[in-house]
Amino acid sequence: MHGFANPARFLRIARIATPLCLALGAVIALGALGWGLWFAPADALQGDTVRIVYLHVPTAWLGMMGWGAIATASFTEIVWRHPLAGIAARAVALPGAVFTALCLVTGSLWGRPAWGAWWVWDGRLTSMLVLLFLYFGYMALAAASEEAGGGQGQGQARVAAIFGLVGAVNIPVIHYSVIWWNSLHQPPSITMGKSAMDPAFLVPLLASMLGFSLVFASVVLMRMRAILANAQAEARLRRKALGGVSGPEISGDA
Amino acid sequence: MREAFDQWQFVIAAYVLGVGVSIALVAGSWLAMRRAEKRRDKARGK
Repeated sequence: MHGFANPARFLRIARIATPLCLALGAVIALGALGWGLWFAPADALQGDTVRIVYLHVPTAWLGMMGWGAIATASFTEIVWRHPLAGIAARAVALPGAVFTALCLVTGSLWGRPAWGAWWVWDGRLTSMLVLLFLYFGYMALAAASEEAGGGQGQGQARVAAIFGLVGAVNIPVIHYSVIWWNSLHQPPSITMGKSAMDPAFLVPLLASMLGFSLVFASVVLMRMRAILANAQAEARLRRKALGGVSGPEISGDA
Repeated sequence: MREAFDQWQFVIAAYVLGVGVSIALVAGSWLAMRRAEKRRDKARGK
């Protein structure tokens, strides 16, 4: 695992993985959405609004998994000082926030016809909104550490990493909120190894989750490559300004 | 009196928003990556 923390090796793998994840993800996600829109049946109770599930669940999954990835990368950054861990965490933040916001908006669009309300302050919706604010907080801290010139393991960057780790406490709260508290939101339909959903709904839903996950992965890889390339350019320009005195540079391609 | 909803309006709004924002996210990230890699190559004198 430590071998992948080498930026040069990471870049070699990322150059192949980025277009692959994007192309596969786009085809699978668009196929699954088309399937959900035109071929999957309407629900007996909710009618056609159930088709929003093919967007709402993947965005919720990625919003939560995004923070899971931030927490894992932050832990790795704090404990092992991996050079790529902090970069990975920062790269996940924006797509994670975007998918969390999409989850809230698609949920609202589903809630209006299903519940008669755009928004209710129940445990699931509120904890998901808290997750969005956590993403904003993390992005602000990461940006502040960059402005202060903080690298991995330095004070400001460590504050963002600790925030990423502590914020993970919200993930089980989101998951169990529909079990712990009374909620208009339905309980989990898919749990480890079993599903309460009919295969006619479940198969396109799983395909959509896979497709969006691959698109998410490609976006994270693109953002990691951008952060690395900017760091390499900065290091090179700094060296030039110092008249060729060698300084630290994140090694990339030859 | 119960409101009558056209369910498809909500479905289409969700799909347009979901797909549109996803495409914008991919395009923005791709452009940022290309810009950064060009900047790095320029700094290296390639």
